[in-house]
Amino acid sequence: MPACTGTMKMSPLVLWFHKLGSPPYFYRLAGRFLPWLYAIALVTGAVGLYGGLVVAPADYQQGDSFRMIYVHVPCAWMSLFVYAFMAANSFVALVWRIKLSETLAMASAPVGAAFTFITLVSGSLWGKPMWGTWWTWDARLTSELVLLFLYLGVIGLYHAIEDARQAARAAAFLALIGVVNLPIVHYSVVWWNTLHQGQTVSLMGQSKMSSSMLWPLLTMAFATHVYFFASLLARSRAALLALESGKEWVRGIAQTQEAHAHG
Amino acid sequence: MAEFLHMGGYGAYVWAAYTVFVVVLFADALMPLWQRRNTLREIDARLRRESNRKSTP
Repeated sequence: MPACTGTMKMSPLVLWFHKLGSPPYFYRLAGRFLPWLYAIALVTGAVGLYGGLVVAPADYQQGDSFRMIYVHVPCAWMSLFVYAFMAANSFVALVWRIKLSETLAMASAPVGAAFTFITLVSGSLWGKPMWGTWWTWDARLTSELVLLFLYLGVIGLYHAIEDARQAARAAAFLALIGVVNLPIVHYSVVWWNTLHQGQTVSLMGQSKMSSSMLWPLLTMAFATHVYFFASLLARSRAALLALESGKEWVRGIAQTQEAHAHG
Repeated sequence: MAEFLHMGGYGAYVWAAYTVFVVVLFADALMPLWQRRNTLREIDARLRRESNRKSTP
């Protein structure tokens, strides 16, 4: 029996992946991770913000206004990272039709939009004192605004279609098309001569920043990543309950929860 | 303290940026809690309706 031997040969990792794809297992596992993720994000976020506001010295050119970097840049990184994550899950959802990937893709859109929104607002607040304007149609700013519209488009399309799984696939398709915008956002400061400055921190090679200014930024980058996964898991859990509302495991949760709520 | 809040004249911009960051992410953290509670409430209400219908023919 070839099918049987196939199962036998499955490695523990593959088996675990299959198990993870099952909504009740994912729901329980995510529930166990969530408090820790929130706690880690909160503590490292508080340390990072303290470092940025208090410990880091004022910039010799921009004075204290440069402290906006500690919210602006981590959120800008997350706006791209979350989109890439959403697109990767959309790809898996469209090709292999895995329900959990649909859920993860759709659950990352709102938090991605939140990070993009913060990036645009904090950038605007930084632009006013440094460039003398709240907004300019510069390549970096415009492509980041397009990124926000892409997120909103994905969210909107997902909520516009009645059938949740069909909606997720349509929105996943839109998310995949929008990937074109990611390199444009990233390289906009290189390809065009823009008002927005080039990158200060680089993954490979030397960062153009002193360590006392750099560590709060990296701490914030870590905190926002952890927060993203917390938000993602929390939203996925809520979405899975709604998607599987007819299933036995969800009924059990609803009854015990509401029994507690009613006293 | 006043000097710290003043941020070398950039206080309004710096604090506004940090406030937006905290408020938006806080709202984002609340949304799934609210969504989850609503879903569970709806399911529980539906189950109650179904069991009522069964017990009173």
